[in-house]
Amino acid sequence: MAIKFSIEKLKLGLSKTKKGLWGKITEVVGFSRKIDRELLEKLEEILLKSDVGVSGTEKIIQGLEDKVKKDKIEEPEKIIDLVKNEVLEIFETSFCSIPTLKHHSVPLVIMVVGVNGTGKTTSIAKLANRYSSQGKKVLVAACDTFRAAALEQLSIWAQRAGVDIIKSEPNQDPASVAFDAVKAAIARKMDVMMVDTAGRLHTKYNLMEELKKIKRVMDRSLEGSPQEVFLVLDATTGQNAISQAKMFDQAVGITGIILAKLDGTAKGGVVIAIANELKIPVRYIGIGEKMDDLEEFEPRSFVEAMFT
Amino acid sequence: MFTELSSKLELIIKKLRGQGKLTENNIKDALKEVRRALLEADVNYKVVKDFISKVEARAIGQEVLKSITPGQQIIKIVYDELTLLLGKDSAGMKYSSSGPTVWMLVGLQGSGKTTACGKLASYYRKKGKTPLLIAADVQRPAAVEQLMILGKSLSIPVYSSKDNPVKICQNGRGKAIEEKLDLVIIDTAGRLHIDEELMKELSLIKKEVSPQEVMLVVDSMTGQDAVNIASSFENKLGIDGIILTKLDGDARGGAALSLLSVAGKPIKYVGTGEKLDALEIFYPDRMASRILGMGDVVTLVEKAQDVISQEEAQKLEKRLQQKAFTLKDFHVQLQQLKKMGSLDSVINLIPGVSGTLKGISMDDKALIRIEAIISSMTDVERMKPHIIDGSRRRRIALGSGTDIQEVNKLLKQFTVMQKMIKDIHKMDLRKLKGIFKF
Repeated sequence: MAIKFSIEKLKLGLSKTKKGLWGKITEVVGFSRKIDRELLEKLEEILLKSDVGVSGTEKIIQGLEDKVKKDKIEEPEKIIDLVKNEVLEIFETSFCSIPTLKHHSVPLVIMVVGVNGTGKTTSIAKLANRYSSQGKKVLVAACDTFRAAALEQLSIWAQRAGVDIIKSEPNQDPASVAFDAVKAAIARKMDVMMVDTAGRLHTKYNLMEELKKIKRVMDRSLEGSPQEVFLVLDATTGQNAISQAKMFDQAVGITGIILAKLDGTAKGGVVIAIANELKIPVRYIGIGEKMDDLEEFEPRSFVEAMFT
Repeated sequence: MFTELSSKLELIIKKLRGQGKLTENNIKDALKEVRRALLEADVNYKVVKDFISKVEARAIGQEVLKSITPGQQIIKIVYDELTLLLGKDSAGMKYSSSGPTVWMLVGLQGSGKTTACGKLASYYRKKGKTPLLIAADVQRPAAVEQLMILGKSLSIPVYSSKDNPVKICQNGRGKAIEEKLDLVIIDTAGRLHIDEELMKELSLIKKEVSPQEVMLVVDSMTGQDAVNIASSFENKLGIDGIILTKLDGDARGGAALSLLSVAGKPIKYVGTGEKLDALEIFYPDRMASRILGMGDVVTLVEKAQDVISQEEAQKLEKRLQQKAFTLKDFHVQLQQLKKMGSLDSVINLIPGVSGTLKGISMDDKALIRIEAIISSMTDVERMKPHIIDGSRRRRIALGSGTDIQEVNKLLKQFTVMQKMIKDIHKMDLRKLKGIFKF
């Protein structure tokens, strides 16, 4: 029941994505009489236009060609299922096992990182709301002490989600805020603590060093924390998303990706590109502007929602 | 920014360089790789397709046969087509003939509108304008506060109220007239290009305040969708130009190419850093040479002119071209450099250097330490660093509050830098000039 509901909602949220990517595939297939070079080239175009990336696209097309040859497939309609399988395969081989939330020592500390403007604060609010509606005690820490009014933004969201917040002063050392926040989370017996960090470009050396420091200091405050480090990616981002994921992973070890603003784009193919190139699982997808528009990412239902 | 793309193209061209003659086949190979590089750089699929066929058509045939070296010919064709793609000249901003000039910034969430508003206001105040910022983003929590804080730090007035966005803009414009401010910059709510209702709100604002410029703010890391974003803002609202943000990252910037060629809207400004002075005019022709890894000396010099006098700028340019480059020069430059913004952004403009330094990050704090170390040297030591022995190193470390390792590191880096500058001059500049006709 719960899963079904989730698929329906996903479909709704992804309806734009569907029109953009899979709708086109269906259209192209509908116009083709046989599986030929022309059809494959059109498929390639659709995939590339959807930010699946060059190597992701090559992989899908290659796999498709091999199957068509091997099984002597002639009907273009069958292409849709084949593409679907290829995409699923990419997801599955990359995500051998999606780590579920382990049995964490309380509190579960989640650090959220990403480049500027990807939707970190909004994602934290949605996630906080999610945990809090499950009856968990949630604390958020405003460690973005750089951007103007970042604290105010998080405060408003925290209020809406009904969760506690650790505030900070502008230009305060974010690591010290994080340290104190972890201590506070322990003292207040919180179940979940989330740290909002300042957006930074992954190429800025000193800012990435700062991020490392925040993580280090948190470990000193509570050993093993943060247990989760989520990278927030903007779904409209192109192939640069891969560079972002790589560099943030190198710096602080990403345990999962939150793909935000997936509702806004006619794409979503970047999920496939990430799955193809990186071994980091997508954990959540943001599919709307409302507080509960955050879905757990599950490859099969995601692909289902895209195709049906 | 375009370094990834340029190094890729460079590699491809190198492959061509080894071959005496251009055949249809080896062009195909090279073009295939150019295509791949462009696609990986997020250049729109259609743009890539057109680009490749144009280059191919020009490459095969007479033109190539006439050329002295085939590799050069290919670079020239790629460069020419890139320049065409990037547009002709940098487009200026439009002003109002009576009453305050109004510019309106629109774009998706997180593209950097609010920051761009602050940068634009600060940029034009330097040019003698008296700006007023209007915070019309009542959608995102604390967006108004963000602009207020930016305004405060720049000492530029910000107008906002609890009204609806249209009313806010009308009243804000009224306030500008009242206080005799001549430039109004409106920050609007970030929205999805597929959000009909919010698009209507934007149209209404546009109708009511009739801005001279509607600028679309686009994140340079945007993928294939960049074109759809631009064209739907154009269709539903009508835009006059584009501000490309976050170009200080490693985004290969393909979105820039796509926006210009498909949406047909000029990129007017680019955001190149978090500081409020990190806004530059977009120059299509310079960008093309930047894509090809040729650096951008003109922008560098212009950047320098902003903070140092003409005379000093010429000296700086001259020093960069001189083979003799001492720690003393370096010291003087460091002080000027500091005024020019982050080291990263400056280094990227120097021809040939961006590739060499790829992966090496510049820490602005390190600059302060380097300055301290050089300040602790004697003039003789600055001119002849090789005389700095163990005991001198100790003294310098003590004097600058650093340690010997850091002094060693600096001396070593300086040697590398000297070599690098020499290398730049080994590149046959005249040859390049011949090809590109600067």
